[in-house]
Amino acid sequence: MRSISAETVAEAVCQAVIEINTHLPGDIEMAMEQALDRETNPAARRSLQILLENARIAPQDQVPLCQDTGMVVAYVEVGQDVHISGGSLEAAVNQGIHDGYLRGYLRKSIVQDPFNRVNTGDNTPAIIHFHLVEGEALRILLAAKGAGSENMGQLAMLKPAAGIEGVKQFILKVVREAGSNPCPPIIVGVGVGGNMEKAASMAKVAVLRPVGEPNSQPELARLEAGMLAAINDLGIGVQGLGGATTALAVHIETFATHMASLPVAVNLGCHSTRRTCINL
Amino acid sequence: MKTIQAPLKREDIMKLTAGEPVLVNGTVYTARDAAHQRMAAAIRAGEMLPFDPQGQVIYYTAPSPAPPQRVIGSAGPTTSGRMDIYTPLLIERGLRVTIGKGERDQAVKEAMRQYGAVYLATVGGAGAYLARRIVSATVVAYPELGPEAVYRLEVRDFPCTVAIDAWGNDIYQRQ
Repeated sequence: MRSISAETVAEAVCQAVIEINTHLPGDIEMAMEQALDRETNPAARRSLQILLENARIAPQDQVPLCQDTGMVVAYVEVGQDVHISGGSLEAAVNQGIHDGYLRGYLRKSIVQDPFNRVNTGDNTPAIIHFHLVEGEALRILLAAKGAGSENMGQLAMLKPAAGIEGVKQFILKVVREAGSNPCPPIIVGVGVGGNMEKAASMAKVAVLRPVGEPNSQPELARLEAGMLAAINDLGIGVQGLGGATTALAVHIETFATHMASLPVAVNLGCHSTRRTCINL
Repeated sequence: MKTIQAPLKREDIMKLTAGEPVLVNGTVYTARDAAHQRMAAAIRAGEMLPFDPQGQVIYYTAPSPAPPQRVIGSAGPTTSGRMDIYTPLLIERGLRVTIGKGERDQAVKEAMRQYGAVYLATVGGAGAYLARRIVSATVVAYPELGPEAVYRLEVRDFPCTVAIDAWGNDIYQRQ
């Protein structure tokens, strides 16, 4: 049995939320540079140049990449041989967010109640998913997800008869309806199968997968590449200004499902999809 | 690139065409969801607004807190469509320019055409870049709303694209 203190978890989360809000992931920066090389639309090129400049300025000025520093989502994998000492794991994650959002001059965007809408003042609580796994490691996939892109996600419970064509059409419908709102170039996360909440959760994990890492199953990797091309043919473009760069990647995750179901969820990530993985 | 001085004169607004890149200089006011809700309630109750919208510019943003020695934190645009429900009312009261990101609805476009207003889009997610183009920031209303308070900003060379012009031309309209 390995022991990890709640304080260690809180400190790691605190540093991580500051880091991800001010540093664009390298894989996304590289994908945007490649998009700029290919893009011929002048308005789209101007915006991509500003976004790449933004990624250089944010760490220099110690200012977040985007004023919407998001709602924190944490996928926590807890080894079954790990003991958390000195407090609850959930409280430790939220303590880290509290500390990081205050210390890092990050915006507090969370309201206590969806109807009363009073700001909690420290960007807590986070959305935390716990998974118990073998071993004695603690791993936290952490994201600060902005609402501009989050608001544009959709979920459908398709009929199995709709098949893969139905899934493709639904993905395109979601991206088309989202238009410029999710801050393209976007990362499109898709969860297919499971049930309602499993599909939604897979779609979020898919958004957080690094760009340039296709699905390990070849047929799904081909589907991802085909959907990326179809989405970039929609002509929405960077910031909705047209051109060939609507998405940087499409990531698809699948799971077993009921014989009567074909759930599909699409979660969109903006060009500043902020995430990291904490290994303790 | 064309430079425009905010607040804009009517003749300057009428010269802008959808798709044109511009740099904005001068004074703009920030407001988004909660501030709009309060301003709309004030108009309906016949109360004073925190600033006179006549001829003015509203920028849809809620900045992150200013770190020490900086004027403002990250300050990029938020999704304009969430303010569509309030915008025609403000345009009737004199608002002439809005700055944000993303599509607007038909009612907003109709009001813009009727009163001669423009909608400018700036770069979503470029909050750190845009913060360097803001030279001063003062809270002028609703400080209790925190990031959603109304700020008066002075901007310099603030990059935008004319997204919808006063004739209803819309860069987001795709076939």
